[in-house]
Amino acid sequence: MPTFFKQHPTLPGFGLTFGVSTLFVTLVILTPLAGLLVYTSQMSLAQYWSAITDPRVVASYRVTLLGATYATLAALVLGMLLAWILVRYTFPGRALLDALVDLPFALPTAVAGLTLSVLLAPGGWVGQWFAPFGIKISYAFPGLVIAMTFTSLPFVVRSIQPVLEEVGPEYEEAARTLGATPWQTTWRVILPALVPAIFTGASQSFIRSLGEFGAVVMIAGNIPFRTEITSLMIFTRTSEYDYPSAAAIATVVLAASLLLLFLLQILQGRILPWQRPGA
Amino acid sequence: MNRPQNWRQWALIVLGACGALLLLVLPLALIFARALSGGWDMMTGALGESDMRAAIALTVTVAVITVPVNVVFGVMMAWCVTRYDFRGRKLLVTLIDIPYATSPVVAGLCYLVIYGLESAVGSWFNAQGMQLMFAWPGIVLVTIFVTSPFVARILIPLMQSQGTEEEHAALTLGANGWQIFRRVTLPNIKWGLLYGTVITNARAVGEFGAVSVVSGAIRGKTVTLPLLIEQLNDDYKTVGAFTAAALLACMALLTLVIKTAMEWRNRAQEPDRHSASPATLPTTPPPTH
Repeated sequence: MPTFFKQHPTLPGFGLTFGVSTLFVTLVILTPLAGLLVYTSQMSLAQYWSAITDPRVVASYRVTLLGATYATLAALVLGMLLAWILVRYTFPGRALLDALVDLPFALPTAVAGLTLSVLLAPGGWVGQWFAPFGIKISYAFPGLVIAMTFTSLPFVVRSIQPVLEEVGPEYEEAARTLGATPWQTTWRVILPALVPAIFTGASQSFIRSLGEFGAVVMIAGNIPFRTEITSLMIFTRTSEYDYPSAAAIATVVLAASLLLLFLLQILQGRILPWQRPGA
Repeated sequence: MNRPQNWRQWALIVLGACGALLLLVLPLALIFARALSGGWDMMTGALGESDMRAAIALTVTVAVITVPVNVVFGVMMAWCVTRYDFRGRKLLVTLIDIPYATSPVVAGLCYLVIYGLESAVGSWFNAQGMQLMFAWPGIVLVTIFVTSPFVARILIPLMQSQGTEEEHAALTLGANGWQIFRRVTLPNIKWGLLYGTVITNARAVGEFGAVSVVSGAIRGKTVTLPLLIEQLNDDYKTVGAFTAAALLACMALLTLVIKTAMEWRNRAQEPDRHSASPATLPTTPPPTH
């Protein structure tokens, strides 16, 4: 017969900590989410459908998904590079670089959006080099992607870094003594070991980018159909006091991000550990 | 870890450093450059304005309430899921990740729908003379939601890897629950707890999306520092916006310093252990024992 405890508790405090934890999770996390669902369920199906398939809203799904995809790819490239040099080499400023990687996590997103938008604006420190070529970064789609890349960079680096430390240079040295070229070593020895970490980092940065709001709205220009993200659509509907439409769109976003979260947990727990060397 | 040996390795380092310079260092430098662009007096002038002072006061109040609540919850949660093995433990660990995966705007809307004037709960509170939404209590509530996972997600892997031997030893020596926590567990997790606290603080102070939904943006009353940045920027008050941004950037830098200090402590104590980073989801912990 299944029992509640898989192992009987020996340390004191179970009642208190379990009670507080479940109460907190229920009150703070689950009740508001349930409230949203109840609120949406009062809408008629036609009403719900028209709210979530409004052309402007559909365009915002496309912008958000596309932006998050590009941002995840960009964060993967830069994040893998940073993780690699941080783990494998010593160089002046390494400790500083290591600490700076967490900056996007500690810096408020509105601050990030503000400073990136000024930096990349046509007259800004970086934007001025692109303006002569007619490339607009701030208040356009590229700015949106860069803001999402900024906020998701730490997730990629911090997922890959510990695994790379674990794999160590021994594997590469072994591959080299067996006659592998550097190219083969990279693609057939190092990369396969990193696949689970890359996957974790990428999905976290994707989830994060889907939900990002502060950094994006400050830089994207928020042009309907072009650079308007779904979070902003929800915000706009809310400030129009059209709560039902806002709630309907929110359920779509919520369902997508929770699905991704649970999928990620299942993959992490069941499938990916098999690929880890020595795990 | 080696010194780079050939030009190719140096090229990788230079490339990575350039990327970090463009994406991380320049934006940070720009904040302070812009805040000081009108001179020191203009920046201190911007700091003295009543809107700015009200925003600072509100932001500090929100953090002062949010951080202790989430620290207590985070410690209890971490203790519960790492010290006992029960059915639904993994589910509990997953549930705590929900605020992490939820868009802050969606979070704000959830609270608005439940505690707003249209709802039963909201109108009851209103009848008692207490408005929750478009007032400071709403800002506190959504901030608690958004920052709830951080302490727990930093402590869980840490307490998992430390095991329970020391606590059990204390138990056999006759210590009670509080003594075990205070004398045995707390010294072991203090650096992780400190970092969890500062990162919770950083995210609480900087929360934008959820707060902007429930705040109503009433000047001088429900505008936190991040919201003030947006308002000032929309009004083309660049120095004011960047002054507020500089304040928040200082807090972020302090957070990074504390994190780095914690990592050095951890490395000095145990060279093999990886420090906990909130920027990674905790992998589902293995059963304790």
